[in-house]
Amino acid sequence: METKYAITVDDLTVAYNYKPVLWDIDLAIPEGVLMCIVGPNGAGKSTLIKSILGIIKPIAGTVSIFGKPYEKQRSLVAYVPQKGSVDWDFPTTALDVVMMGTYGSLGWIKRPRQKQKKAALEALEKVGMLPFKNRQISQLSGGQQQRIFLARALVQNASIYFMDEPFQGVDATTEKAIINILKELRKAGKTVVVVHHDLQTVPEYFDWVTFLNVKKIATGPVKDIFNDDNLTKTYGINYKVSVQE
Amino acid sequence: MGTAILGAICGMLGSFAVLRKQSLLGDAISHAALPGIAIAFLITGVKDSNLLLLGALISGLIGTFWIRGITQKTHLKSDTALGLTLSLFFGFGMLLLTFIQKQPNASQAGLDTYLFGQAATLLEKDVWLIAIVAGIALLIVFVFWKEFKILLFDPEYTKTLGFNTRFIDILITTFIVITIVLGLQTVGVILMSAMLLAPAAAARQWTNSLGIMVLLAAIFGAFSGVVGTGISTIEGNLSTGPVIVLVAASIVLFSFIFSPNRGLLFREIRFRKNRNNIKMQKTLAFMYGIAKTHENISHPHAIKILNGFQGFSKKSLQELVDLNYVKISGQQWSMTQEGFNTAANLYDQQITNLHE
Repeated sequence: METKYAITVDDLTVAYNYKPVLWDIDLAIPEGVLMCIVGPNGAGKSTLIKSILGIIKPIAGTVSIFGKPYEKQRSLVAYVPQKGSVDWDFPTTALDVVMMGTYGSLGWIKRPRQKQKKAALEALEKVGMLPFKNRQISQLSGGQQQRIFLARALVQNASIYFMDEPFQGVDATTEKAIINILKELRKAGKTVVVVHHDLQTVPEYFDWVTFLNVKKIATGPVKDIFNDDNLTKTYGINYKVSVQE
Repeated sequence: MGTAILGAICGMLGSFAVLRKQSLLGDAISHAALPGIAIAFLITGVKDSNLLLLGALISGLIGTFWIRGITQKTHLKSDTALGLTLSLFFGFGMLLLTFIQKQPNASQAGLDTYLFGQAATLLEKDVWLIAIVAGIALLIVFVFWKEFKILLFDPEYTKTLGFNTRFIDILITTFIVITIVLGLQTVGVILMSAMLLAPAAAARQWTNSLGIMVLLAAIFGAFSGVVGTGISTIEGNLSTGPVIVLVAASIVLFSFIFSPNRGLLFREIRFRKNRNNIKMQKTLAFMYGIAKTHENISHPHAIKILNGFQGFSKKSLQELVDLNYVKISGQQWSMTQEGFNTAANLYDQQITNLHE
């Protein structure tokens, strides 16, 4: 049986100014995996996600989603940016931010209506933030803000989810809550790609992994390739992890 | 009338500029417009406001693109790019202005009103022009409200949803540039940016909703326009720009101090109140610790023993008496049943509060 690839990346190269940030990346991510991208700071993890999503223009390379160019498949893809990428003092409420997830399907000019509001409330419920729906977003804790971002992506009802460091600066409770939602997404057959920093939790949370450091080091199932050899190649120092059974 | 509409439109678009953290862009654009005015006059030799404003628009736009170009093509940060462009264009504009003033042409008089603005120079057709532009801008903001909002909050995410962010961006910037150019005649090159920023900054203090913020900014802008123009006409030939800006600045100052949620005054009051509350609770907890050791909780103790405890003050003791938690007779205090119960629950309450 031939595996169906959710995302395929060919020869992707990205450079800011003179220095290449990503070099000749080839990736094929099967549908339905919960994958993390790991690598040191400056390895190009966020850049990889952003260039797949067309936020950054690559110098070379192509990206396809379920075999078609990304531009034609946008509605199948949802994005959770880094929490720090926006100004949380913006005058708006939690519900309002989640509603933004419906803007893509609405298209230009059309206003969100009851149906979109209902979807947003459901997403808020899923991340446990319903009681905070009318809260001004600057009055939410870091973990709550992260949940709001997650809810905004859930509203999009996509097939593929890209998340940039969703566990950064959140407490243990929120981390558990988020990972449970991600696992539910996988159960529903969705593909999830997460930029991740905590190597300890990789075997517990994810089933697929990509090692990245400007070049792609390795990609595959966690149980096959998450080993000291690949970690050493990626991080450049002698790395030892104890993978618990 | 003209300044009222102008103030309103400035407030509205200024909100967007403030939220995009492009506050200084307005300053750069208005300064960049000056050479355009001078060149337009040199070429045509007449002081027709429409032609001069067209010149201002062109050089303002050139300035904007320079800033963009500098930030994209070099390592310079945007504040440096803004500062460079601003002073370069303004310097060039001033040079041309002094050159024009040395010419024997009599019609040059009054060109310098563009520096600080003079509402009296507004003709009826100028007011119409302002009104029409304001109407179009209002319509655009209304139609593209959702797009503006999401772009202001999270541009990269907006892009992934399939919106043409460049189009929305250019739309907002273009209207900001046009508004600035229209404002030059009344408010002047130098203070124009304050007209954009002041109403928006004041409005932000009063609300946490973007819609209300934009509306408030428009009202503040219109108010400053009307009052400023009024004062400058009554007081004889005062430059309109500085007066309008001073009125707007007073609104900002008032908002910073008195707005209920973000204002300094109420924040300080809340802060004091919380501190007093906590002091009182700590005193109560301390008393609880003493009273607990006696079988009869109402057993009287000397007030003196509280003195060594930090957080205790006559005021907090009095508050406890007012709440009927503690009784005082002479130099002795004793706890009431109510006070005892409250103190017993205090610790639990604080823990539950934390988890809410």
